[in-house]
Amino acid sequence: MKFLVSLLMTLCISLAWAGEAASPKLDIGKGGQCVEDTQWMRKNHMHLLKHGRDDALRRGIRDEKHSLKNCIECHASTKDNSVIAREDSFCVGCHKYEAVKLDCFECHSGTRKSAWLAQRNKK
Amino acid sequence: MASSTPTLESLRTKNRLYWLLLAIGGLVAMAGMYAVHMMESHGHIITGMNNQIVWGMPHVFAIFLIVAASGVLNVASIGSVFGKAIYKARAPLASLLSIAMLSGGLTVLMLDLGRPDRIIVAATNYNLTSVFAWNVLLYSGMVGLVVVYLWTMMERRMNPYNKMAGIGVFVWRFVLTTGTGLIFAFLTARQAYGSALLPPMFIVLSFAWGMAVFHLVQTSIYMWNEKEIAPAILQRKKHLLGVFVLGSLYMVATYHFTNAYFSHQQGFERFILMDGGVYPSLFWWGYIVLGNIVPLVLLYAPGIQRDRWTALASLLVVTGGFALLYVFIIGGQAWPLQLFPGYEVSSTFADGQISAYSPSIYEFLLGLGGLSIAFLITTVSVRVLNFMPQDKPYIAD
Amino acid sequence: MSEIDIQRRQFLKTSVGAAAVAIASGMMLYSVAQGKSEGASSKVRWGMLIDTNQCKPGCNDCVTACNNENGLSGGTLPTDSQWIRKIEIKDISSGRELSLPMMCQHCEHPPCVDVCPTNASMKRADGIVLVDKHRCIGCRYCMMACPYKARSFVHEAQHDQNPDVPRGKGTVESCTLCVHRIDVGGKPACSEACPNKAIIFGDLNDPNSEIAQKVHSVASVQIRADLRLNPGVRYQGL
Ligand code: SF4
Ligand code: SF4
Repeated sequence: MKFLVSLLMTLCISLAWAGEAASPKLDIGKGGQCVEDTQWMRKNHMHLLKHGRDDALRRGIRDEKHSLKNCIECHASTKDNSVIAREDSFCVGCHKYEAVKLDCFECHSGTRKSAWLAQRNKK
Repeated sequence: MASSTPTLESLRTKNRLYWLLLAIGGLVAMAGMYAVHMMESHGHIITGMNNQIVWGMPHVFAIFLIVAASGVLNVASIGSVFGKAIYKARAPLASLLSIAMLSGGLTVLMLDLGRPDRIIVAATNYNLTSVFAWNVLLYSGMVGLVVVYLWTMMERRMNPYNKMAGIGVFVWRFVLTTGTGLIFAFLTARQAYGSALLPPMFIVLSFAWGMAVFHLVQTSIYMWNEKEIAPAILQRKKHLLGVFVLGSLYMVATYHFTNAYFSHQQGFERFILMDGGVYPSLFWWGYIVLGNIVPLVLLYAPGIQRDRWTALASLLVVTGGFALLYVFIIGGQAWPLQLFPGYEVSSTFADGQISAYSPSIYEFLLGLGGLSIAFLITTVSVRVLNFMPQDKPYIAD
Repeated sequence: MSEIDIQRRQFLKTSVGAAAVAIASGMMLYSVAQGKSEGASSKVRWGMLIDTNQCKPGCNDCVTACNNENGLSGGTLPTDSQWIRKIEIKDISSGRELSLPMMCQHCEHPPCVDVCPTNASMKRADGIVLVDKHRCIGCRYCMMACPYKARSFVHEAQHDQNPDVPRGKGTVESCTLCVHRIDVGGKPACSEACPNKAIIFGDLNDPNSEIAQKVHSVASVQIRADLRLNPGVRYQGL
C-alpha cells in the first residue's frame, strides 16, 4: 500500500514537471500576483474559501486577504466587472472546463464590490 | 392455500392489470418529479406557500404518511409483542406498508426543502437540540429496524429474534410518533401548537390512520386473490379500527377543549372551529362527519357486515385524516402570531391578519408523488414476495 | 479519448503535482495570515433600543434603508422578504396609537437556533443571530419557531446582490443587524437612517455606551417577554 502511494506521488510530481499543459482560456481580470502560489490556488482555493466562510460568518473573523470578495476584486473581468457573467469569466470558465458545479454565486454576488457600489450610488 | 384454481384467462387479465397499476403509479411519480424539477428551477414562488404559510400541502401529505407509517405497525406489534396469531400473520404486510409510507413521506419532506441538493449537510452538521434533527434519526432508524424485523419473520433461522425485534419496533414507533408531535409541540409561540397534548394526540391518530390504511390494502389484496377475509377476523379488525377512531376523536376533542379553556386561545379556537371559512368546514364536515361519524356508522351499524363497507370506512378515515392535518397545519399558521396582546395590529407583513393560502398544482403533484412511491413499493413487493396474510385454518388465542 | 479530455487531465496533473509541493507552505498559511479581524467577542452584546415615542406613524425610512443596504426588492407580497417592517398598533382599551419597527430581535435564547436541524441558524458570540446560508437546507422550521415572524424565505433566484450581503434562493434570511457594517465599526442602516433617532444601537454590555445607560435609566420592555428569550432589541414607551 505504502509502496503504491509513494509510486503514485512520484508519478504525479514527475508529470507535473512535464511542463505547462493546455488550460482553459480565461478572462483573469486584473490578474497580477495572486495572494498565494497560482498552482496551489488552483488546487486549494475551495478549501481556503470553505475555511474562510466558517471563520467569517460564524466567528466574525474576516480575513480580507483570503476573502471571496478579494478574489473577485482581482479576477472580475475588466470589461463587465464580473467573475460569472460570461462563458470565459474567471470562475465560470474553469468550472465549466472541469465540470464542477459552482454554487457560491447562488447567494454571493459575482460583481466587483467597488463597481457594485458605484452602480448603487448612481441610482 | 385453498382457493379455486385460477384460469389462464384470469391470470392474464390480472397480469395486465398489475402492469397497468404500475404504469399509473409510475406516471404519478413522474408528475411528482416534474413538480420537484419546477420547484427546483423556479423556487418556491410557484407554490402557494409563502412567508406566512411556510409549510403547505406537501407537509400535509408527508406528515400523514409518516404518522400512518408508524400506526400501521400496530398490527405487527399486537402480533409480535402480545402474541396474537391473526395479527402475527399480518405483521409482514404491516411492516411492508410502514416502510413504503415512510419512504413516501420522507421523500416529500426532503424534496420540499429549499435546498434539497444539500441534504447531505443535514447528515454532517447535526444540531442536537433540534427536534427536526432527532426526527431524521428516528425515521431512518425506524426503516432499519423494520427491515430487521421483517427479516426475523421471513427468514426461518432468524425467527427466535422475532420477539426482540418486535419489541424494538414497538418502542421505537412510540418514540417516533412522539417526535413527530414534538415538532409542533415545541413551537410555543404559536397558538395552534405548543401544546403538550400533541404527542399523545399524534400517537392515537397514528393508530387510527395506520389501521385504516392497513384495512384498505388488505381488502385490495384479498380481492386480488379472489378471497374473502374470514368473518371472525374481519369482526376483530373492524372493532379495533372503531376503537382507534373513537380514541382519536377523543384526543382531538380534548386538544380543542383545553385550548378553548385558556382565554388567550379562544380567538384561535373560534377561528378554527367557527368562523375561519375553509378551516371549520374541513374540520366539521371533512374530519368529524366524513372521517369519524360515517365510518363509525359503517363499522357498527347492524346489518352491514361486508368487508367492502369496512374498506369504505377506512377510506373515509384516511380522507378525514388529510382534512384534519390541513386544518391543523395550514389553519394553525393562518392565525396570526400575537405580538401585542390587547392591541389592534397592522403591518405590511400580515401582522394581525389571517393569512391566505391556496395550494398550487405543484404541491399536490409533489404530495401525490409521495403517495405513489408508497403505492409502488407496496404493489411491487406484494407481487414479488409473499405478503399475503397466511391464516391458520382455526384461530386460537 | 477526445482532445479536451487529454487537456483536462494534463491540467489537473499539473495542479496535483504542484499541490504536493505547495501543500507544506499552504499549511502555514493560516498562522501567518495578516489582515484578519479579531472576530466576534462574547464580551460584547449588540442590541438596539427603540423609542416608540420618537417613531412616527407612516414613516418608513428605516425599512427603505434596510432594503437598500441589503439588496431587498422592497416588495410586500407574501413571498417577498421583509427583514424589517413597521407595525402600527392601537391599544384596544385606551385607543392610544403607536408605530414601531419590528425585525429579528436577536434573542439570547433564540428558538430559531434551537430548532434548526443543521446548525445553520446560529448566534455569534456577540449576540447577533444569523443564518449560515452555506448550511441552510430551507426546511423553514426556524420560521415556524420564531415568535416575532422575523424571518423570510427566499422564494426566487436572486441576482445582483450586495457583495457584502449574500442572499440566495431556497434559504431563509432575516435581519443581520447589518453585521457587515458592525464588523467594520459601523452601525445598522435602519438606526443610521431614522430621522428621529428612534433606534439606538450599541453594546448592551458596555456600561459607558449610550444604549446601556439609557436601558438603565428609562423603562423599556422586550416584546413577548413572557417567552423569556431575552431579545437584544428593547422597546421604550410601549
Ligand atoms: S427574533 Fe426570531 S429570528 Fe431573531 S433570534 Fe429571535 S427567534 Fe431567531
Ligand atoms: S430553514 Fe435553514 S436556518 Fe431555518 S431551520 Fe431550516 S436549515 Fe435552519
